[in-house]
Amino acid sequence: MAPPPDRRRPIKRAAISDQQRRREVALRLQADRRSDAQNRARQLASSVLSLGPEPATEPEVEPEQEMSEASGQLAGRSDLDPVRAARLRGPEVRKWFARQLMLPEWMVDVPPSLDRDWYVFTRPSGKRCFVVSSNGTTISRLRNGSILHRFPSNLPNGARTKDVSGPASSYSILDCIFHEPDETYYVIDMVCWRGYSLYDCTAEFRFFWLNSKLSETGASDSPSQYHRYRFNVVQIYECNLAGLQASYSGQVPYVKDGLLFFNKHAHYQAGNTPLALVWKDNVCSQYVLDTDSKGQIPPQQQVVLELQNDGNLTTSDDPPVALGSLSRDLIAQSGLRVGNLVRVAIKDERMRLVDGKLDLGELQLVGKANHSRAFADTYSKVLFQHAARHAPLRIEDLVASIQSNSSMDNSQALDVEMEG
Amino acid sequence: MALEVTQILLNAQSIDAATRNHAEESLKQIQEQNLPAFLLSLSAELANNNKPIESRKLAGLILKNALDAKELHRKNDLAQRWLSLDLATKTQIKTSLLQTFSSPVSDARSTAAQVIAKVAGIELPHNQWPELIGSLLSNIHQVETHVKQATLETLGYVCEEVDPQVVDQEQVNRILTAVVQGMNATETSSDVRLAATRALYNALGFAQANFTNDMERDYIMRVVCEATQSSDVKIRQAAFECLVAISSTYYEKLAPYMQDIFNITSKAVREDEEPVALQAIEFWSSICDEEIDILDDYRSEYTGDSDVPCFYFIKQALPALVPMLLETLLKQEEDQDQDEGAWNIAMAGGTCLGLVARTVGDEIVPLVMPFIEENISKPDWRGREAATYAFGSILDGPSPGKLAPIVNVALNFMLAALSRDPNNHVKDTTAWTLGRIFEFLHGAAVETSVITQENCQQILTVLLQSMKDVPNVAEKACGALYFLAQGYEDEGSVSPLTPFFQDIFQMLLFVTHREDATESNLRTSAYEALNEVVRCSNDETAPIVMQLIPVIMLELHQTVEAQKLTSDERDKQNDLQGLLCGCLQVIIQKMGSIEGSKYAFMQYADQIMDLLLKVFASRNATVHEEAMLAIGALAYTAGPNFAKYMPQFYQYLEMGLQNFEEYQICAITVGVVGDLCRALEDKILPYCDGIMTQLLKNLSSNQLHRSVKPPIFSCFGDIALAIGENFEKYLLYAMPMLQSAAELSAHAVSQDDEMLEYTNQLRNGILEAYSGILQGFKSSPKTQALVPYAAHVLQFIDTMYGGREMDDAVMKSALGVLGDLADTLGSHVGPLISQSSSSKDLIEECMVYDDPLIRESAEWAKLAINRAVSG
Repeated sequence: MAPPPDRRRPIKRAAISDQQRRREVALRLQADRRSDAQNRARQLASSVLSLGPEPATEPEVEPEQEMSEASGQLAGRSDLDPVRAARLRGPEVRKWFARQLMLPEWMVDVPPSLDRDWYVFTRPSGKRCFVVSSNGTTISRLRNGSILHRFPSNLPNGARTKDVSGPASSYSILDCIFHEPDETYYVIDMVCWRGYSLYDCTAEFRFFWLNSKLSETGASDSPSQYHRYRFNVVQIYECNLAGLQASYSGQVPYVKDGLLFFNKHAHYQAGNTPLALVWKDNVCSQYVLDTDSKGQIPPQQQVVLELQNDGNLTTSDDPPVALGSLSRDLIAQSGLRVGNLVRVAIKDERMRLVDGKLDLGELQLVGKANHSRAFADTYSKVLFQHAARHAPLRIEDLVASIQSNSSMDNSQALDVEMEG
Repeated sequence: MALEVTQILLNAQSIDAATRNHAEESLKQIQEQNLPAFLLSLSAELANNNKPIESRKLAGLILKNALDAKELHRKNDLAQRWLSLDLATKTQIKTSLLQTFSSPVSDARSTAAQVIAKVAGIELPHNQWPELIGSLLSNIHQVETHVKQATLETLGYVCEEVDPQVVDQEQVNRILTAVVQGMNATETSSDVRLAATRALYNALGFAQANFTNDMERDYIMRVVCEATQSSDVKIRQAAFECLVAISSTYYEKLAPYMQDIFNITSKAVREDEEPVALQAIEFWSSICDEEIDILDDYRSEYTGDSDVPCFYFIKQALPALVPMLLETLLKQEEDQDQDEGAWNIAMAGGTCLGLVARTVGDEIVPLVMPFIEENISKPDWRGREAATYAFGSILDGPSPGKLAPIVNVALNFMLAALSRDPNNHVKDTTAWTLGRIFEFLHGAAVETSVITQENCQQILTVLLQSMKDVPNVAEKACGALYFLAQGYEDEGSVSPLTPFFQDIFQMLLFVTHREDATESNLRTSAYEALNEVVRCSNDETAPIVMQLIPVIMLELHQTVEAQKLTSDERDKQNDLQGLLCGCLQVIIQKMGSIEGSKYAFMQYADQIMDLLLKVFASRNATVHEEAMLAIGALAYTAGPNFAKYMPQFYQYLEMGLQNFEEYQICAITVGVVGDLCRALEDKILPYCDGIMTQLLKNLSSNQLHRSVKPPIFSCFGDIALAIGENFEKYLLYAMPMLQSAAELSAHAVSQDDEMLEYTNQLRNGILEAYSGILQGFKSSPKTQALVPYAAHVLQFIDTMYGGREMDDAVMKSALGVLGDLADTLGSHVGPLISQSSSSKDLIEECMVYDDPLIRESAEWAKLAINRAVSG
């Protein structure tokens, strides 16, 4: 029996050995990790953790204490070394992700130029999460950083299919709300796409990118074995009268939970921002008033605050705002520790604004907050909830604000309302 | 001044070791003392008909080895050495060689022919020895038969040695005329005809012009086809080899001859002796190769066309070709599955059938199904094996939609055959076919997998049971499990394999310990399957994989401790060490990537590292490579914690970087330096002087295989990214090297695809180095140190852009560098970038590119540049 000719592999013999495959995998991983490291350096350096030069943004926030401790290195006012951020693993990843979502403030009064500078859309009811697709899997993480789902999807590198183009490690990050009833991820923002950061892009650009890119991938297709959940975009409107009304009372395929307003010029900013706002009333949301841990609406407003070592109770704003305090005895009695999130009730009549600052007066400890909570309430939420119980900001107020703006430069606005 | 070398040459072949060594030592001395005299003596020895054939042959062999070597750098050195000899010596040697042609001893003639070809290979490209071909051919019609035969043989070797470009068309015409006349049926000597046919095989590459001329091509084809009908089996075989070579070199010219060739080949496949029949089958396999390539080009998204049109020869021949191939499947040999190197008509036929399936897709299925149905239950094992083999061969090509219904019906039958068929060949092929089913009809890329939660358990039971069968069947069962597992790599926690992990590992480890595990590649297959199952583990099965670690470590420990082995035992030990290191590498990668298991895994890190360092004591290249890869994986998983192993590991890292001989080890080690950079970051700084020194040395060496150079440049980037501005002290050395390599690669004219690919790899490496350095210096006060280099970097990109030969990867890296320049150096380079001819055009061009990654790189670069220019 002669051996086969050099160029002809007998069909029963394996095409490549596992050793060759290991070698190739190692080389590919090295190349991927290199391009990963370089891409992240490129993208994260100027974006994820620092704020862009956008004049419309708020004054810069201090780097978060916890992050600087984790990285062990802080160079001046610059941020966590981007390359280090790219290498965080395990619990650090969770912490990191927990801080990457842009959190809208609650709308306690109407921002000026709503119709010119803002978008509006109907917020789906569900779990807010970050969805990351990379290396052949898709992972969604809740606000507290924990994993909601790990699944294959049609997002770039979201499933281990054989026809991926480009490095498998290049990742995409979407800001989504997972809507249980139809098991669909509603995409409300796009943060990274195929390794390229959109952090320092305006909302206007991000939404444009989101609408053009998502559909290219087949991510909105019906679920299949290798695309377990559907991703849908929400309909985004210019915040003029027509847009506001469409989002307020229009038909959507999901359960509504208020309206979200995005400033067109704002970058994606991790943490709380006044450039994204949430508003709701009983028409567009089932959950206007906060419930307690048993799901009931308590007779008195309750808020969740973080216990500091001086006994103060603070919001999750940055910097935190102290809204009251607990006595040492009470802290000791209840077995609370610094950093715990506590639920307190406030007596309505004692709550007032003093010199532009909220004074909650006497606080009544209800107990520790639910385990799944990662953050205390924000200042704007406390205010919104208070207003909702007493003097809510109504849809009519929003309409009036738009009308007063547009009546100056657009006399047709009134007609739109009358037709609607 | 010829020396008397006969006795020394004979002694050098003595069975007595002392005599042999002494003679070899003498030869070496003579060569070192007086090379011209040595070479002259050898050529004189070869030419002298009074000398014994043994000394003449060895003289010729030494002469040949003095002219050529495998390693490129040594080959070049030897060529230079020959060229620098004085003219008189060279002329005298060449004369002796040509004289040898008249020798009655055929071995002497044949040796001389090979040496002449080596000399020609060196001299012709330098326009020396222009009269060679003329003098060979001048009297071809008058000379005696044995001289004619030697001449033709020499022409064949010369064509094999030299590049077609260095021989002008007129000489090519003369060579081809002589060769084809020698092949003609009118040539009475079989030796001459055989030598001519073999010479044509090598000369075909020179015949481009002749093949475009209808008359000349017809003539050559007619002579080749006639030679396939010769009464001499060697001539028939050589003629079919010519047809195979023609099928790949001149595919587009074949149409007029296909009907004749089909008749010739099918007769040969059915009736001729095996070596001839194998070449006849090979002709069709080769046509499949061509058409698969062309059709791939047609389907490719970016080009959508091919230089050569597809003539669909296979599709047209299909109704006759498939039955012919099916017949061959019944000609199995009794022991073919035990012999790894076996190759026979049945194996070649099945291989060709598989290629036909890939060429035509669905159309093959109805042509093969009747054969399968007729034979699958025959009492004779040959029928059952052939039917199964046919089925397995056509699983790659036709659409899953076409095959799935058939496979769904066949699956149970196959499982039963694997458990119960009395014949080992049938079981072997059945297990292989199951593997093919899993490979092509199961997994993430397949719409409807034929494997379900329900049948998966049954399949596993049968496969695991078969792993206790004879080695060749067990080996195929391991292979099938490999592909079954591969289909679940993406399944997450719902993988149907999950409940069976423990059983699978247990069985595979049992297999690796079988007494006969070294037969039929069984142990290797078992470890490969084990690796694949590890790769598809998940959160839920990670603890079971974790239990595997101490087991594998113990085995590796035993191999490290083993002493006093015979060389055969040593080889097996090396194989096993390589497999165990490979397995550890896969486990490390997997456990490191599963969040919940990483910390538990890291408790083994010290022990694993300890073992791997001991493994480096082995002198075996494969083992080193595997250990190095495992260490790279460990470094990535351990991150900065890997620093504690560096003091011990560093010497092996350096050793690896210095290993020019086994350049794959060098390449892998360079890659591991990258892993270390990403793991250790600035903690790698203390080792950088040593590493950079070695890398710079490697780049300046002409002994290091060129394929290692691009990764070394990329590695510069890795180091710079890790140590940031500390890279400053290396700029002085690294930058000039990058610049001169950039210069060379930017202007490189690529003669062939391989060269073009290498040039682009080099460019990509250089660009990655620039990116790493620029990013590493970002936000550093020392950024200024890079400003002087910016102009050159831009010029490099401009030149490449002008040359229009960048591949996608280079384009993307170039865009990255443009962005990095702007991002790191900001307004310092704004004006420079604005002036750069390519930056704007390249970016604009890439903005509308098909590849989304390139488009997005371009968009990013534009953004960064806009910021730099406006800021």
